[in-house]
Amino acid sequence: MITRFLLQNMDRRGYVFLGLIAALAVLMPLSNLLLPVGSAFHVPTSTMSLWGKYLCYALLAISLDLVWGYCGILSLGHGAFFALGGYAMGMYLMRQIGSRGVYGNPVLPDFMVFLNWQELPWYWYGFSSFPFAMLMVLAVPGLLAFVFGWFAFRSRVTGVYLSIITQALTYALLLAFFRNDMGFGGNNGLTDFKDIVGFNVQAQTTRAALFAMTCVMLIAGFLIARGIVVSKLGKVVIAIRDAESRTRFLGYRVDRFKLFVFTVSACMAGVAGALYVPQVGIINPSEFNPANSIETVIWVAIGGRGTLVGAALGAVVVNWAKTVFTSGFMAPYWLFALGGLFVFVTLFMPKGILGTAQEWWGKRRKPTPTAAPAPAPAE
Amino acid sequence: MNAPAPGQLTSSLLYLDGVSVSFDGFKAIRGLSLTIEPGEMRAIIGPNGAGKTTMMDIITGKTKPDVGTVMFGGKVDLTKLDEAAIANLGIGRKFQKPTVFDFHTIEDNILLALKAPRDVRRTLFWNTAASQQKRIDDILGIIKLGDARDRLAGSLSHGQKQWLEIGMLLAQDPKLLLVDEPAAGMTDGETAETAVLLKEIARDHSVIVVEHDMGFIRELGVKVTVLHEGSVLAEGPLDQVSANERVVEVYLGR
Repeated sequence: MITRFLLQNMDRRGYVFLGLIAALAVLMPLSNLLLPVGSAFHVPTSTMSLWGKYLCYALLAISLDLVWGYCGILSLGHGAFFALGGYAMGMYLMRQIGSRGVYGNPVLPDFMVFLNWQELPWYWYGFSSFPFAMLMVLAVPGLLAFVFGWFAFRSRVTGVYLSIITQALTYALLLAFFRNDMGFGGNNGLTDFKDIVGFNVQAQTTRAALFAMTCVMLIAGFLIARGIVVSKLGKVVIAIRDAESRTRFLGYRVDRFKLFVFTVSACMAGVAGALYVPQVGIINPSEFNPANSIETVIWVAIGGRGTLVGAALGAVVVNWAKTVFTSGFMAPYWLFALGGLFVFVTLFMPKGILGTAQEWWGKRRKPTPTAAPAPAPAE
Repeated sequence: MNAPAPGQLTSSLLYLDGVSVSFDGFKAIRGLSLTIEPGEMRAIIGPNGAGKTTMMDIITGKTKPDVGTVMFGGKVDLTKLDEAAIANLGIGRKFQKPTVFDFHTIEDNILLALKAPRDVRRTLFWNTAASQQKRIDDILGIIKLGDARDRLAGSLSHGQKQWLEIGMLLAQDPKLLLVDEPAAGMTDGETAETAVLLKEIARDHSVIVVEHDMGFIRELGVKVTVLHEGSVLAEGPLDQVSANERVVEVYLGR
């Protein structure tokens, strides 16, 4: 039943996406591990980790597209769920350091020794176990989204008001995690990781495995999100986006449907965060920065809202451009370029890269001279 | 009137008594009383601001009355329920401005309305059974949109949207249908066809039609209730009502 659910009505776009990610999952680690460093096809470990980061962002973008593109919930705080998943993974990695820290304390992470703490806070219990930490990667963002959504959707908070509250949520978490006495490492966050399930995080093979795992999770996330949006529940969710009160008069409990997609989406963002942390080697409160969440919205808008594949594409394209732009002489102009790109896409490509490309493709394949010309974009 | 069954306060399908509601001091509905019998079709007319839409909002749970009783099926207090619960009890509503789901196909619009469990789990793992597919096909035939089933609802003409919405009501299979101005913006031909369609629906559903078009109401040939300033001004057959002096004065005469 699960397979049928995940693969129902798979279209060509979906197969292309799945094939591409699956190929990346196999080819990039192989080329990194097997080909000699001098080979033209050798991928350096740093490049592989960089692409691993892009694909984590792609998963985050898909999770946002699920709530924004399909359900019309513009979350400006999805970075919070990403960061919480990241912190859960970071806590596991901290506990794996053991007595190899600077202070050599077998139980307490360095920052706690530095703060003169005598014992591990209760909420750090269990994080030395990998399965428990992975459960928390899903449970913490999921629970926060569920509680937040329960109150927000039942009170029928919608539109810009909801966006502002999500923004406030991530900002509040940013401030909270900055505090040293919260017990999450304050503004330094969690870093200096050593092992993950017994393997050295820095090792080339571990990096390759983490990259492949990111691809696998991106595929899983895409299949789940796609399964949801093409199901009847997906049709209800689109109906809610387009005519919420009409959907209510048909007898659907709008708040429960919103709560469902919002929670699933938050769990997905948490997984993305958990994969991100071991590949970049640090998690700190700046991940909660509202600007990060807004940037995620821009990726989705640029790639193509309500397409899933477009969201992933947008995340990769924008972040790749960011790497290129911020590493050369153009570095000071990156934010202008991003802002300009967002304005351009909103004005001239309202369906994003993917939507516009599909329109062109459709026109080329079956020219319809009788079709009415598309309305010119407003000047 | 039949004697109510045990446990029921009234044998009427819908029973409004002494309902009042005001918005910021403006009394939209004042002491409105109205009963609809099972299987009855009723037309409601009245000038703008008479409270027709507010009355529908109260019945469907969008607005809560300040005072008064609203009972459905003789035992359910509608003022205690929300929109979704009322819809699931079997009260369907068609809005004045046709509201269909523009980005869904016509067939999907009907599928979403089709009477079926509305909870999250069963909609997520939904499979359209053969009997349900047949019902969808039948409805598409009735509203004459069978050939357009794969088109997006947003591409339909105004009149077709009205019909699609009526089709969605049929799919919901409610006990009571509230239909707000079904003939608004339609050509004469479409209006006549709509009247035929509504009469057909009224054979096995109770229907309340709010309408401005007198010709249309004459074609329906049912009991008429005239609303004025939030309460009932007159009730009876159209000829009798339109002869009423007060009715002529506030509504028909101008």
